This record gives sequence, structure tokens and C-alpha cells, in this order.
Amino acid sequence: MLVFERRREPSRFWTAITPVLAVLVTLIAGGIMFAILGKNPVEAIKTIFWAPIFDPNLSAYARPQILVKAAPLVLIAIGLSIGFKANIWNIGAEGQYIMGAILGGGVALAFYPLEAWWIFPLMIVSGIVGGIAWAMIPALLKIKFRTNEILVSLMLVYVSEHFLASVSLGLLRNPDGIGFPGSRNLQHYTSASNGELFVGTGIHLGVIVALVSIFALYGLIRFHRLGFQVRVTGQSVRISRFAGVNPNLMVIFCLAASGGLAGLAGIFELSGPAGQLSIDFNVGYGFTAIIVAFLGRLNPFGIALAALLMSLTYIGGDLAQFMLNLPSAAIQALQGMLLFFLLSMDFLSQYRITIKHWARG
Amino acid sequence: MSLEEGEICALLGENGSGKSTLVKMMYGLVKPDEGEMIFQSRTYSPSNPNEARLAGIAMVFQHFSLFDALTVAENIALGMVDPPPFNKLSREIEEKGKAYGLLLNPDSMVGTLSAGERQRVEIIRCLLQNPKILIMDEPTSVLTPQEANVLFEALRNLAAEGTTILYISHKLEEIKTLCSTATILRAGKVVATCNPEEKSARQLAEMMVGTSIVTPKRTEAQGNRDGQPLFRVEDIEKEASSNFGTSLREISFEVWQGEVFGIGGIAGNGQDELMEVLSGEVLPKGGTIKLNGHDLARLNPNERRKRGLLFAPEQRVGHSAAGEMSLTENAYLTAADRKALSQAGIINWSRAAEFSRTIINQFDVRTPSTDNFAQSLSGGNLQKFVIGREILQNPELLIVNQPTWGVDAAAAASIRQKLIDLADSGAAVVVISQDIDELLEISDYISVLSGGHLSKARPVQELSREDIGLMMGASQESLSEVVV
Repeated sequence: MLVFERRREPSRFWTAITPVLAVLVTLIAGGIMFAILGKNPVEAIKTIFWAPIFDPNLSAYARPQILVKAAPLVLIAIGLSIGFKANIWNIGAEGQYIMGAILGGGVALAFYPLEAWWIFPLMIVSGIVGGIAWAMIPALLKIKFRTNEILVSLMLVYVSEHFLASVSLGLLRNPDGIGFPGSRNLQHYTSASNGELFVGTGIHLGVIVALVSIFALYGLIRFHRLGFQVRVTGQSVRISRFAGVNPNLMVIFCLAASGGLAGLAGIFELSGPAGQLSIDFNVGYGFTAIIVAFLGRLNPFGIALAALLMSLTYIGGDLAQFMLNLPSAAIQALQGMLLFFLLSMDFLSQYRITIKHWARG
Repeated sequence: MSLEEGEICALLGENGSGKSTLVKMMYGLVKPDEGEMIFQSRTYSPSNPNEARLAGIAMVFQHFSLFDALTVAENIALGMVDPPPFNKLSREIEEKGKAYGLLLNPDSMVGTLSAGERQRVEIIRCLLQNPKILIMDEPTSVLTPQEANVLFEALRNLAAEGTTILYISHKLEEIKTLCSTATILRAGKVVATCNPEEKSARQLAEMMVGTSIVTPKRTEAQGNRDGQPLFRVEDIEKEASSNFGTSLREISFEVWQGEVFGIGGIAGNGQDELMEVLSGEVLPKGGTIKLNGHDLARLNPNERRKRGLLFAPEQRVGHSAAGEMSLTENAYLTAADRKALSQAGIINWSRAAEFSRTIINQFDVRTPSTDNFAQSLSGGNLQKFVIGREILQNPELLIVNQPTWGVDAAAAASIRQKLIDLADSGAAVVVISQDIDELLEISDYISVLSGGHLSKARPVQELSREDIGLMMGASQESLSEVVV
């Protein structure tokens, strides 16, 4: 008989190896799914995971694009992982991402067409403030009324989407846009444009900041008292109180950190690759970042690798859509499988499987 | 080992010696890998507690499994496979209770009962099945001495009628008075079977541990109570945070330098609440907590630590230590400021590791390394670590709740000695404990917390076990009615 025994300490070996296993199992299950859809599974997997990096015709464009798409995922997931370590569950990064973009973009557009050096930094700060402000709603409700931050932050995503639609059609609509929805394009507004840093790559300031955030998180969690308090809070609220942590301040800090970074990702995206606020500005980075945070085991370097992998599935998924006619839902299903297998394999690091014989008697 | 009909047999052993595993096998919760049990000349191998109960083996656990918001009769009916109608059940509960001196009102809410009364509910639940063997796991740990005497009388009556009782306890004195045989386990093996009346408590303890035990020594020159007290608590009030918690009422006491101040009382009478208020995890509604004349009542735990007030709460994993963190991280947990283990928020992990190595060496904590998770240590070792962490920060006053709860005899003796040494070095110690013998052994002054009230402190020389027992039961009028 197979018996699951809880380990006294989670196995380091399995903790390290399960993400790799989860990716392998996802490849197999995904291959089966593609076969059922009538596509050649080997070709589909190859198009998604291999072609963007190694195909000589595609890689020059696709490689930097992987970094560009990974950047917002890293920024958001780094912020979320702080809260997740403290058992504070911000599920609404997508909303904070949108609100950061709206506030930052709104501030920049308010000064159009003035050109000044301070507009860009002001816009970035406003983006952070927008994300924090939106995240403070679940934080304050949790502190005051003990509401569940998972539900509140998630519901606020839908509110923010409607707000985005409203400003795209109304307040921030491009006056010169002959009636089309959407704001002015910030790429055409020099003082607010988050342009390419290296010609032809699309790599913008957000990619660099994402890289910095990885090391900042590592330093915070590993060497700073605040990061220690975050981890203690994740152990139990009782022990964190004993250690002198104010649980309410911890809720505010975690939601502010994740909201602020989501807002930052939003404003970098708006002023860079996206260019303009429109109804379909948000593409789900805030939700995918949850997968990235877990796939990376809430570890900053793990998050970086996970973000690159998810970004690869985006780019490869796009390729597979137009080269093999795979439906986009199949790509999302593939990403879902990845999280599913990762979480189920977590079991292996917590439990050991032993074979036991029935006791005699 | 074997059990005779109608005998009261003690099962003795340190934590982790295998007592629980053994009785869980008898009760069908654990399957033995090898060997067999013979019960009434038949092979007995229960695969679950139901089979054990049907065969006639019942067990009263150390931790009660009762619902506070249901009545006594409802709680008992819940545990029965086929409960009789309520009025019949109520009658049976009263009859059984009268027969053994365990009086209970079947219609009382369990939430309003004392620990002793709750235990009676559990016992009567077992007795209604007319068991042939009754297993009792640490039954007196929650009782006052007077309540314990009522229990012993009931157990003797049961034994006289032919029920066999297997009695698990670390309290050697009560085993000597109650039990006719004792089986001693050490590291999963039966090491001796003896008549406990013929052995001294020390001999029994040494058989359990396998080595000799040094009784903590208190220096007779105690701190004299001249001048100003080091620590003064005045009129602390705090409402209970839940329906079944205890509200603190006008708690006042004073502690002088160099003394060990004992606070007795059964857990659940406000001990946890008092600890939380003194540590600053919860702020009191009113009153002052003064150390060296400065009021700390509105400060958080870290501010209090900086001023020399340190704490070791009762629950180790999840309160005084983080189970899934290394010993080094746990050392940092409370010592960050006093040991200067971080500067401007940047943690110096090598200093923290050095501090945790110092604790491990000086307090004889057995662990492979400082990187092990706190939860991988045994209860006694983790408690030595926690107490060591606080003592080595040179507190002015250390407050400890249940310092030796669930700790084996050798570790308990060494922890008590360290607390006495701390007081001798000029600091002061407040010990909250429900173990009367422990309080008598180490305290200079004792008061009792009962129903959220703290009695006036009295010097230990004036007090006997019975006096403390009476102080503990002072506010439990319901009990005295039943005893009469």
C-alpha cells in the first residue's frame, strides 16, 4: 500500500525539482491536448517552446520580446510574492496595474503638450501611487471590517476594467482621434514616452527596473528586518505579534508593495509597448503574475525564470496561433495546466511516499 | 506488559517514550507492526476506536473533545453510536454520576463548566459503555488537588467493581497514592514494572530518565523586599476576546529584584490573557505595568523588550518560536534589539548564528545544527532553547508561562535551575504555572489566578499544596457544591 507521510521539514531536493517536473508533465499533457485538437503535438510544442529562442528566422525579434513581456510579469509577481509570504493574498494586481496606468497616463496627458524633464518621473510616481491607492481599498477594509482581501481585491479588478473603458471613451479620449476610443499615444509625446533603450529590441526602462526589483526583493527578504517580519507573519499572526509586528501595518505594507509594483508595471507598459489607454489595454499580466509567483516558489530568482517561461508561452503561443491555427484558448489552457501541475506536485516536497505492508493481525 | 482485572496500573515514561503510541494501539488508533495483544484470552486487534469501544476499552484523552455550545447530554449523545432518548440519557448520566461521585447536571452548557467538570463529562461518556478497561491520559493536569481527590475516589470505586484502569501521568506522587502497579517505559521499551508505593518519587523519575536527576537548588538568601519593587502591575483590566475566554479583573502584583514570583492556577483562568497583556501583544483596557517606575502598559512587545522585560509564552511552536524557521532565525526573533543583531534594519546573520550557537551550548539544546527547523526539536529541547534565548539577553524581568509544560523530567529540572539562577543574579522572574510542585520548588512568593482574579501574594514558606489548591478553587463555587 502507498502511504503519504508528512515530512518534518520540506524536502529541499523536491522543492527545487518540482517546477522542472511540472513543466515536463505540462509538455506531455499539453501535447495530448494538441493531438486531440488535431494538431501535430511535437510541432506545436516545438513552435511554442523552441522556435522563439532558436529558430534563426524568428529569434532576432522574439528573444528581446520575451524580455519585454517578462518585465511586467516580474514586477507584479515580485510584489505579490511579498504578500503571499505573509499569507496576505492580493489577487487583484490586474486592477492595480490598470489603475497605475490610468493615473500615471492621466497625469502625463494633463500636461500635454508641455515638454519638460520632470514629466516622465512624475508620471512614473503617479503610476505607483495609482496602484497603491487601489490596493489600499482591500487593505483598509480588511483592517477595519475584517473583509477577505482575496474577494475584495479580485472584485475591484472588474471595477477598474469598467473605469478603464469609461476613461478611454470619455475623460482621456484623444481629442484629435476623430471619435475613436482610446487616449493619445504617449509614444508620440516625447516627455512621457518610455522608449526603446536599444534600437530595434523594444527593451524599455521597465525591463531594467524589473531586473533591479529581483535583487531588491532578495535583499529585503534575506537581509532586512522587514522581510523577516513578512516571513514571520506567514508563519502565524500570533507569533508575528509576539515578535512585535503590528499585523495591520503588515497588511498595509504587503498590499502597498504589490499594488505599487503592479501600478509601476502598468505605467511602464502604457508609456512603452502599449502607447495608449484603450478598452483592451490590460492583457492579463496581473493574473498570470500569480502563476509566475508560485511557479517561482516566491523566490526572486525563481520568479525571474518563471516569468521568462510564461513570457515564452505568450510569444510561442502567438506564433502557434498564426502558424498552426491553434486557438488562443488552448494556449491559456496550457498555462493553466502549468499552475495545476505545479501546485499538485508541491505535495511531493511536503510529503514522502512510502510503501507499507499491511500489519499482521 | 499485562493488566489484571480491577487494578489501577500506572504507565510512566518521559515524553516520546512511547506511552501514547502504546495506548493508541490498545484503542485502535495505531496498528502495531509486530506482536499481539490478548484481551480476555482472545487475540485482540482493533482496527479503529469503535471496535475497541465495542470490545470494552474506553479512553479519556488529555485534551477534551467537547462542544462548548452544547449541553452535557447533547455532547455525550454525539459520541454514541445509538443514543437513547434524551430524558433516559439524562437519567443515566445522573445515575452514573451519583454512583461514582462525579456529579453533573446533564442540561448545563459545556462552555460554562470548569475543566474538572468537563473531564467528568468525558469520563461518564466512557462509563456509559460499561468498559472493562479505562485508559486515562494525564487526567489531573487540569485539576485542582481537591478536584483530583474526587477523581481518585471515583477511580478507586470503579476498580473495586472490577474495571481495570490504565493511568498515564508524570505526577509521581499521585501515582504512588493511586496505583498498585507501575510499568515504566523508556525509549519505546518497558524498562521496569514495580509497585510504586515501594519506590520514592525520585527513584521512579530516575527509572524513567535512566540517569540521576539533580533537584533544583534555591539559595536561601532571597531578595529582601525593601525599597521599591522592580516591577509593579496595578489594576489591569481586560475584557475576554472570545465568549469562552476569561476577562482579567483588577490584576495587581509587585515583584522585587532577586525573587521568583509564582502565579498558580489552572490553565484557562486567565493565564494566556495575562501573559498577552504583560507582553504587550494585547493592550489592557486600564491599569499600569511599571518596570523601574516607567509605565510600559501602552508599549508593544519590542519596546518592552528594549526596556528589559522579556517573555516566554506557553505555546512553543507558533507563539514563542516559529516552527518552520531555523534556530538562528528563531534566535533573531526576539533578540534582534537587545543583542544588536541588526543595524538600521539590516540583519547580521553571522551574529545571529553565533548567538544561537551560544544558546545551544549553554542550555544543552540537542540539535544537529543551528539551521534545523524549530519544529524538528523535541518539546524539551525547544523549550530550553526558548528559555535560553530570553535568559541570555540579560532581562531585568523574565515572565514565563508554563515553563516545563510537556517537558521531560531532566529538562524540566534544568530549566527550573536556570530560572532560579537568573533570579539569584539580581534579575526577577515571574512564573505562571499550573504545576503546584513546580511553584513550591522555585518561587519565593505565590499568588493564584482564578477566574480572572489574582489573589494576594503570600511567601512560599507559609503555604502548603492544599492551601494553593484552595486558592485555585476559590471562585469555583460550583465545584464545592458538588464535592459536598
